[in-house]
Amino acid sequence: MTTAEFLKAITESTGVSGYEKLVRGIVQEQFSAYCDEIRVDPMGSVWGIKRGTVGGRRIMLAGHMDEIGLIVKKIDRHVIRFTSVGGFDDRILPGQPVWVHGKTTMPGVIGMRPPHLMTEEERGKVIARDDLFIDVGLTEEQMADHVRVGDLITLRRGYVELKNGLAASKAMDDRAGVASIFECLQSLQGLHHQWDVYAVATVQEETGLRGAMTSAHGVQPDAAIAIDVTFARTPDTPEIGTVETDKGPGIARGPNIHPAIFEGLVETAKKLEIPYQTEAIPGRSGTDAWAIQVSRQGVPTGLLGLPLRYMHTPSETLALRDVERCGRLMAHFIAGLDESIIGRFRPSLPQE
Amino acid sequence: MEISFLQELSEARGPSGFEGEVRDLLARRLRGTVDDLSADTIGNLIAFRKGSGASPLRVMVSAHMDEVGLMIVGAESSGFLRFRAIGGIDPRVLVAKRVLVGKDRIPGILGVKPVHLTEASERRNVIKIEQLYIDMGAKNKEEALAAAPVGEFATFDTPFSYLEGHELGDHPHGRVAGKAFDDRVGCFVLASILDQEYPFDLYGVFTVQEEVGLRGAQVAAHAVFPDLAFALEGTVCDDSPKEDDLSPTTALGRGPAITIADASVISDRRLVDLLIDTAVAEGIPYQIKQPNIGGTDAGAIHLSREGVPSVALAVPSRYIHSPESVLDLTDLENTIKLLRAALGRLPSTWNTRQDQGRNQ
Repeated sequence: MTTAEFLKAITESTGVSGYEKLVRGIVQEQFSAYCDEIRVDPMGSVWGIKRGTVGGRRIMLAGHMDEIGLIVKKIDRHVIRFTSVGGFDDRILPGQPVWVHGKTTMPGVIGMRPPHLMTEEERGKVIARDDLFIDVGLTEEQMADHVRVGDLITLRRGYVELKNGLAASKAMDDRAGVASIFECLQSLQGLHHQWDVYAVATVQEETGLRGAMTSAHGVQPDAAIAIDVTFARTPDTPEIGTVETDKGPGIARGPNIHPAIFEGLVETAKKLEIPYQTEAIPGRSGTDAWAIQVSRQGVPTGLLGLPLRYMHTPSETLALRDVERCGRLMAHFIAGLDESIIGRFRPSLPQE
Repeated sequence: MEISFLQELSEARGPSGFEGEVRDLLARRLRGTVDDLSADTIGNLIAFRKGSGASPLRVMVSAHMDEVGLMIVGAESSGFLRFRAIGGIDPRVLVAKRVLVGKDRIPGILGVKPVHLTEASERRNVIKIEQLYIDMGAKNKEEALAAAPVGEFATFDTPFSYLEGHELGDHPHGRVAGKAFDDRVGCFVLASILDQEYPFDLYGVFTVQEEVGLRGAQVAAHAVFPDLAFALEGTVCDDSPKEDDLSPTTALGRGPAITIADASVISDRRLVDLLIDTAVAEGIPYQIKQPNIGGTDAGAIHLSREGVPSVALAVPSRYIHSPESVLDLTDLENTIKLLRAALGRLPSTWNTRQDQGRNQ
């Protein structure tokens, strides 16, 4: 399976935070082709372990495989009232096709009252979440047999390739990160690396970085890189705080990032002539890197960002080349790891 | 410890994630005084002082090295830098201040449109951080970013000053002003009390990244695995005259501030009582910090592993998180006195945990 095929397969699969079972199956199977050992930890994160030529040192790569979704709050006659798992802009929801994962997985649509029947004033307002509903076509009598409170709902939108090597799908956040790890594992087949690689597809990032927290505790890595999506520039986004699509991954810098990892990634990118963009993050990065950095006695951590347009919508859009570049960058960074970087992790103190 | 070292600490530059200069300053000062000095991978400085052996306790005292600051996030084609805050900064304190950018201390001005060109209504609006910019004198974007690349830090440019009526000598008193008393004054207290031996092993931990979420303290507490902990702070002091003075938080000149509870921790009552009893017995003035305001490294430390009884002790400082904070040297001296005396009175039987599972 190519990285693009893998990305299509996992973005079209299902895995709302806490319910990553289906997507986990694909990741386990595909990672196993390039790893020496596959483990699933108690929270459900997948560890693909690829042994190094020396071993003893571990680098953890973390991309989260959970996605944001909706959840059934109430069966209201023949429709479903819902709330969300993870953050949505409610304005994207009216008219949205969804899957309702009830007794079976059923297609549904998010409905609203026809605008024709609304007053001028009502039409000028955003529709509140509680005024939206999901219609799966069942009658009031049938509903109880098919749907229960707590059933999950995902966005129903497939993967599509756009011009110039761009691709759109739901759940690119952060299955594209998982795909870049997949790309990295493939690249590593042709490289020698001393360190053991723990390629981790984490769970429950969207609800509080929870899978990364527990995976990092379990793996006990010597260093880590989290891969997540970051904001790509579009006509409606500010120039500050965004990066450009197809200009390479963002390499983050700031308190969340160990300077030696930042510098190592930059040096590797320059050496291989992989384009990259520096991202300044003054505090909480809101990614798995934030949880991993303070695991146990602290883990030197880096963060790579895949430029992504329209985040947390059903058509999250990115450049496939950026996913490939990100994977290749990590592979060559890993291939360059030896004991010398360990000395750079602890600041040297003045001796006089 | 002479007050000039407080000046060096205050003028050293170290926003969260960029604490190197402060760490080096402290390491140079403590080398030779303590039994071991090390840094961990996140950047904490750990100063170990072996105990006399009379007490089996392992005590951690922390103070954070980082300060609030700015991070460069881009530049305009005209050469002006755009930035965001590292840690919590009220943007209203930034306007028309001076900063130093990066390790090379490049001077910069936080510019503002002349009052002549503003509408009366405009002058009532707070200028947001997104609207502010740093002028280093760069002519264009390339020149600006070559000097201050994206991700570079900047700090307030605030020389330390001694205010009217101060006296140095054996018992310095009066007031001083400077940046980053939150928490360089805590670093000063901690460096001071490390000059003597205690009955127990003492870990003086100068932490990083307190201002972005108590991150250094979290990993240091895990590594040190102490029986109990003290977090030292330069804390909020809101004692300016107000009509309804309900919330001074602490008052300048009224002694060390003991935290009973803030937004991050409910202090261990035994440690609170130890500090209060010590203050009364030694005739040291003290005050209780008004509850539920702010947070300290104790918030992270007390939740480490299976829990660490902790208390926060602070030197009141006016105008923290701004370019100029003010503290009272007598409060500083009394904080050092109180902490020394309290550590000396720590009972040697403190429900010490069985010595199990200490290796992570």
